[in-house]
Amino acid sequence: MLAIALLVFREVLEAALIVSIVAAATRGVPRRGAALLGGIGLGVLGALLVALGAGRIAALFSGVGQEVFNAGVLLAAVLMIAWHVIWMASHGRALAMQMQDVGKSVRTGASPLTVLITVVALAVLREGSEVVLFLYGLLAGGAGHLGAGLALGLAAGVTIGLLLYFGLLRIPLRHFFGATNALLILLAAGLTADAMAFLVQADLLPALGEPLWDSSALLSEHSLPGQALHVLVGYSARPAPVQLLVWLATALLLGIGMRIASKAAHRTHSASPQRAMTG
Amino acid sequence: MPHRISILVSVVLALAAMGTARTAVAAEPPSFRLAIVNHRFQPATLTIPANTKVKLVVENRDATPEEFESNDFDREKIILPNSRAVIFVGPLPPGRYRFFGEFNPATAQGVLRVE
Repeated sequence: MLAIALLVFREVLEAALIVSIVAAATRGVPRRGAALLGGIGLGVLGALLVALGAGRIAALFSGVGQEVFNAGVLLAAVLMIAWHVIWMASHGRALAMQMQDVGKSVRTGASPLTVLITVVALAVLREGSEVVLFLYGLLAGGAGHLGAGLALGLAAGVTIGLLLYFGLLRIPLRHFFGATNALLILLAAGLTADAMAFLVQADLLPALGEPLWDSSALLSEHSLPGQALHVLVGYSARPAPVQLLVWLATALLLGIGMRIASKAAHRTHSASPQRAMTG
Repeated sequence: MPHRISILVSVVLALAAMGTARTAVAAEPPSFRLAIVNHRFQPATLTIPANTKVKLVVENRDATPEEFESNDFDREKIILPNSRAVIFVGPLPPGRYRFFGEFNPATAQGVLRVE
């Protein structure tokens, strides 16, 4: 049972960490809880469909369909996070100010909710489909304690996600969106690097040489902190050069995009303060 | 909307990079075979050349899915029952690299010897 719980925990943890950061970053947005649950529901449904269609996906692109699919899911999440980070750069200040005023929900556009639903659904879909295939294998093999292992692993993973979420909420409002934006940029850079690893595995992208370093003795990706850091910031014990390159490019592009959006918003904001919240 | 443009530019650049990459890797890398039988790898130790990209063909002969995974050389791929998967590995410096079947880690353990 513990072996089942451990695998489920590992998969759930990855999704839970991503969900926690995005949930924290959309703090103050109305109907956020419903969007979160909707995203999880869609993700579970997607995971079942992906597991069912795993054979078909695998056969695509002359045998590397799984890698292309994974890279696509990761990059779609990255695009959504990028959109949100840049959206926050132009609305975040007004959002934080309004939250301090009334301490509750604010009027915003549809952007944060769309991002929340999509990123949560994609994260749950990706990790969930592995859990489904794993459990299917166990069922076919006639293993016992399936339900208990699943419940235990799920509970442990969700607990760590909640700890991260409530930890993030303790950040003072003044610095809150700055902090979540920084976390989102690191997350997006890490997910992009992950996507590149899949494309290298499929031989669609050159690794650009041997791994740049080996820090596996210091911090293995198989350890819990190593795995958490892998999800949160894209830590890799033996990164291929192309991964680091793309990691840096993503972080840089998002940083620049944020700066441009923030400057543009500042101009609009000082010109007509009413318009800034309606975008 | 300057940010839309920057996102678009990055996507186009990434696609362009993939396009050039495809033409750059014309030579077929050497191929190695691995089987999964009763949740064990056969052979459990596989030797591949150093500093070379290789094509690993992993055949799952079991009736249940397996996930081929390695933290040491950073690969993961689900292999469905009675089917084959291709995984490109390397280039790697000489050394011993562990891999395992994530769905059956108690038995599915293997080592890649790179020399």
